[in-house]
Amino acid sequence: MSTVASVTSLRSRHLLGIQDLSSPEIDLVLQTAFVMKEVGTRPIKKVPTLRGRTIINLFFEPSTRTRMSFELAEKRLSADTLGMTTAGSSVSKGETLLDTARTLEAMSPDMIVIRHGSSGAPHQLARICRASIVNAGDGLHEHPTQALLDAFTMLERKGRLAGLKVAIVGDLLHSRVFRSNALLLTKMGAEVRACAPATLVPAGLAGLGIHVTSSLAEAVDGADVVMMLRLQLERMQGLYLPSMREYFELFGLTPRALERAAPDAIVMHPGPMNRGVEIDSEVADGPWSVILDQVANGVAVRMAVLYLLAGGEGEGGDK
Amino acid sequence: MPVVMDADRMARSLTRIAHEIVERNRGVEDLALIGIRARGVPIAERLAAEIETIAGVRVLTGALDITLYRDDLRRHAVGPQPVIRRTDVPFSIDDRLILLVDDVLYTGRTIRAAFDALIDFGRPRAIQLVALIDRGHRELPIRADYVGKNIPTSRQQSVQVRLSEIDGRDEVEVEG
Repeated sequence: MSTVASVTSLRSRHLLGIQDLSSPEIDLVLQTAFVMKEVGTRPIKKVPTLRGRTIINLFFEPSTRTRMSFELAEKRLSADTLGMTTAGSSVSKGETLLDTARTLEAMSPDMIVIRHGSSGAPHQLARICRASIVNAGDGLHEHPTQALLDAFTMLERKGRLAGLKVAIVGDLLHSRVFRSNALLLTKMGAEVRACAPATLVPAGLAGLGIHVTSSLAEAVDGADVVMMLRLQLERMQGLYLPSMREYFELFGLTPRALERAAPDAIVMHPGPMNRGVEIDSEVADGPWSVILDQVANGVAVRMAVLYLLAGGEGEGGDK
Repeated sequence: MPVVMDADRMARSLTRIAHEIVERNRGVEDLALIGIRARGVPIAERLAAEIETIAGVRVLTGALDITLYRDDLRRHAVGPQPVIRRTDVPFSIDDRLILLVDDVLYTGRTIRAAFDALIDFGRPRAIQLVALIDRGHRELPIRADYVGKNIPTSRQQSVQVRLSEIDGRDEVEVEG
């Protein structure tokens, strides 16, 4: 956990997806996050690092934990932050994403954190903006800071990522959290098992070296980490599942289903949870659960990302 | 370029500084040594060991990373961020005498940042500064209370402090 990362900076000034990060870069973010976590334990939980920098949080989709987590991370680094949500903004008057972005760009922010319902929206911004763009979730594509905080939580609990057996269970098809996690964990050498009903499995997973199964027992068998994903009912406009009740019977994580996992297995969930659909309350609130750790770690990981993207004078410095 | 301090001289300097610390503060009960990363940390540990030999008391030690408090991060330039390391101050600094320890004292900007960092942890009774090497060229009104060796340098030169804990041997060299 205290190993020194083998790179000292990120190549890109944007964080658009895990796809673009190398494993040493991922390691750098995680190691930096350990330092940032310590800041949150101090009597004064704030450092002056990004003083005078402006960060705009642009949320086109509902979000509680991600938005608040970014805001807290920005404030702990002393950045000036402003938030925009779709309701009450010009977006509700029909302004396009690019026009909104150009307008905000004219206010010269240093960074823009964006969540958007369309895959690739942050990439579009990155092409036209001078500001650093941070993807806080784009459509069905990626949610890189979630995957980084999940990896941080695993590293904190298990001391390693390589060789870790990780079962990811649930709505894989509609999950950008799954996509980012699958990319990150395979890059870092973890063994990923993906488990979902056949209707909720995206194409092309075998190419990533991921074991796909529709048996919960098989996925959980000997797992060090069991990550449950939310059924994204709002994105399901067809018949993906016969019934919620059947889904819980087959894929819901109960203490009994967990018996097959490693004795010290941890249970994760990116939230918000559907209790009684993908996860039993006894598991969600039980000793295995690190779900609230994930929330706390989110702030530290986002501080690390913002710090590393902010750029500076470089190595060394005056004594 | 010349080695201006070898292992023997370094050991003698640290012993002398430890004696000065004990003498000047008439005891070491409420004293803590906090090293500035990277090379201030092993120097603080060595001083703690020396003080234990002299006064029979093990003083508290900590490590401070000042990267998040640097004044040059705010200059807008495209370049990599300095790597940050963990700050580790596992005790309350309130009402303690804090000895801030660094390897080289130069412009004073690191020390300014260290003050800001320390004060976020509490309100020490006083802060004193220990530097193994003082090379001059201050840009802020800061001076060391304990100095291992004053070395006149030009701004073009660099001073390399090597410590066995990090670099495998003890020496100070002036380069350039």
